[in-house]
Amino acid sequence: MRLQLSEEDEAFRAELRTFFTTEVDEGVRATVRDRGELTKDQIVETHRTLNAAGLAVPHWPVEWGGKDWSPLRRHLWHEEMQRACVPPPLAFNASMIGPVIAAFGSQEQKERFLPPTANIDIFWSQGFSEPGAGSDLASLRTAAVRDGDDWIVNGQKTWTTLGQWGDWIFTLVRTNPDVKKQAGISMLLIDMRSPGVEVRPIELIDGGHEVNEVWFTDVRVPGENLVGDVDTGWTQAKFLLGNERVGVAPVGATKRVLAQAKEWAAATRSGDGTLLDDPHVAVRIAELENELMALELTALRVVANSADGKPHPASSVLKLRGTELQQAVSELVVDLAGPGALAFGAGDADSDLPVWARRSTPTYLNLRKASIYGGSNEVQRQIIAGTILGL
Amino acid sequence: MDFELDEEQQALREAARGLLRKRYADFETRRGTVADAPGFDRDTWSKMAEMGLLGLPFAEDDGGMGAGPVEVAVVAEEVGRVIAPEPFLTSVVLAGGLVAAVGTGEQRAELLGGLASGEQLLALAHAEPGARWTSTVVGVRAEEGDGGWRLTGLKEPVPQGAEADVLVVSAALPDGGTGLFTLAGDADGVTRSGYRAPDGSRAARVALDGAVATPLGETGTDQETAIAAAYDGARVAAAQQAVGAMQVALETTAGYLNSREQFGVPLKRFQALTFRAADLYVAVELARSLALWAAMVQADPGTSATERTTAAARAWAQASKAGRLVGQEAIQLHGGIGMTAEYSVGSYTAHLTTLDHLLGDARHHLGRLATTVGDHAEVDPLG
Repeated sequence: MRLQLSEEDEAFRAELRTFFTTEVDEGVRATVRDRGELTKDQIVETHRTLNAAGLAVPHWPVEWGGKDWSPLRRHLWHEEMQRACVPPPLAFNASMIGPVIAAFGSQEQKERFLPPTANIDIFWSQGFSEPGAGSDLASLRTAAVRDGDDWIVNGQKTWTTLGQWGDWIFTLVRTNPDVKKQAGISMLLIDMRSPGVEVRPIELIDGGHEVNEVWFTDVRVPGENLVGDVDTGWTQAKFLLGNERVGVAPVGATKRVLAQAKEWAAATRSGDGTLLDDPHVAVRIAELENELMALELTALRVVANSADGKPHPASSVLKLRGTELQQAVSELVVDLAGPGALAFGAGDADSDLPVWARRSTPTYLNLRKASIYGGSNEVQRQIIAGTILGL
Repeated sequence: MDFELDEEQQALREAARGLLRKRYADFETRRGTVADAPGFDRDTWSKMAEMGLLGLPFAEDDGGMGAGPVEVAVVAEEVGRVIAPEPFLTSVVLAGGLVAAVGTGEQRAELLGGLASGEQLLALAHAEPGARWTSTVVGVRAEEGDGGWRLTGLKEPVPQGAEADVLVVSAALPDGGTGLFTLAGDADGVTRSGYRAPDGSRAARVALDGAVATPLGETGTDQETAIAAAYDGARVAAAQQAVGAMQVALETTAGYLNSREQFGVPLKRFQALTFRAADLYVAVELARSLALWAAMVQADPGTSATERTTAAARAWAQASKAGRLVGQEAIQLHGGIGMTAEYSVGSYTAHLTTLDHLLGDARHHLGRLATTVGDHAEVDPLG
């Protein structure tokens, strides 16, 4: 057992820290620090800055821009990014469809899609969930029917995050309705500018427009856009969702917000002192710090011991606990804001309250999503009970 | 960063597991062992001595094995897995740890040598009625007279106090501060009455009435810091011991959910139960991570006293909190059988409860940690 990073990993971390804090646009980092919403340009520019330095897709195969880092280095990369308020590379590109195409796509597909995916020349959206297929994803009904070499797609996807900015969408579609539901699904890549694709915004409780419905009406998709074989889409979907679970625990970002929360507490009057002097607040912070440290150490155990490629059994803890703590810290911040939490819709011109207080409720409400997406926390409990405890 | 045990540590784990499992694989054996004083098996204690476990953390010059906190944690986890009633934690880690920290060379050789060989049972008499988890004491007073130092006052509860051959006693010094003394358990002026602790181990009231005692270490020195550090060492070991106990309580519970049938189906068909078992798994893994880390912090010569204290509080707070959850839920998920002394799982809960109150519960330690939250921006295990 060994407490410290090796000298090499320590140097690696220092190098990343320097890059993230000096090479990424300060305006972008300030927006993240203030818990604001990023524009499309900010997301794209940051992603490209990272890609130019070889830091957008380090987990891809080396021939497509990957770095062949150890799991620990990938972890450090992800943590340092969050610590420095750098928005991570667009997940739909870097974590989701890129690795799927690299693993399952044809050579033509790899050459056509991977470079622009790495550089976000294509802004990808995810078309998995449907109104009738949430946690039970395999019950999806959006249908693709053969027409010569092409597919004709009809149906509806939902919860499509940032779909309003999407160029392409990777979808799961039903290509065979007559077999077991998992066995009749295929993965299709669809150009969102195709006739018959319509994106409709969904307004959320935080007042923002983050997710969308995507409707497909007789959308013609070339046969070459099928990833893998017909009716094997469930395999690709499981691969993708497995990747999604790793790195979904935003430990670094939650730690950073908790550190900021202490500054905000120390700047808020309470009794004769500040909120940070209030023992109830201080104990709540101490407990969150301890829980986060336990989570971070668990993440380190997982990466340190997954070198043989097999995920550590404790990895299922990370999504479940990581999102719970992310939510708990957002709840702390909204409580610190006190009545300031009411300034939900106030812009800079309308309010003298600090930005963090104004953003506290939208963020708190927005993060309710964290325990729902990426396999709801109930699905995670099902996985733990089933695969680890044998129940 | 590496959480894996090396080969020697793995061998130690296998050896300790083999010995303790052989003795306590049948829960009825444990039940029988704790039924009467001294509440543990002297033969197993001797075998632990032969294996080197009772001298594990002490210097070879003092009769020990020269191992460190990680090795202690490895053994503690195995003790926890079978909730072995042998007083490894209280006698070796806590009382022995204190002697190792402050004793003179002569005292260390005599007391730790005797402890390591299994010939002398040590107990730390520190807690006093009317106080809770403090490192200072006011109840027992030390006075220097013609015949040397004499101790008067009450210590309770003292783990293994009625059986111990040697008592290490904390006492208020005439000029202020908390000193440490040793005396034989059956010395004149010592009256002991033992009783059962919640988990079947033994504790005692130790009344001192002018009992002649020898200062441990330098005469008349305030040892409050050393007492606190010894408790911190015990907390780190106890965190791993609790992880071992929680792990088995969880495995036992999962086994029961698999096999027990009600309404014509196994209990595992009820998601209300399996989801709670999943939450126990999460709690155990998080506690395990902090416990392993804290043992590494204690073992690392480069860490400061403050870092070691904080690490102990962090690990134990997490284990204590998890222990409450796992202990309570393990019984509830079993139903009535979990309440019985005959079935194992309730005794695991009793053991976790005993550890909790020996060392201070999660709220107590989070309260301590809360006083320093303003001193750092974030907590970083990688430094």
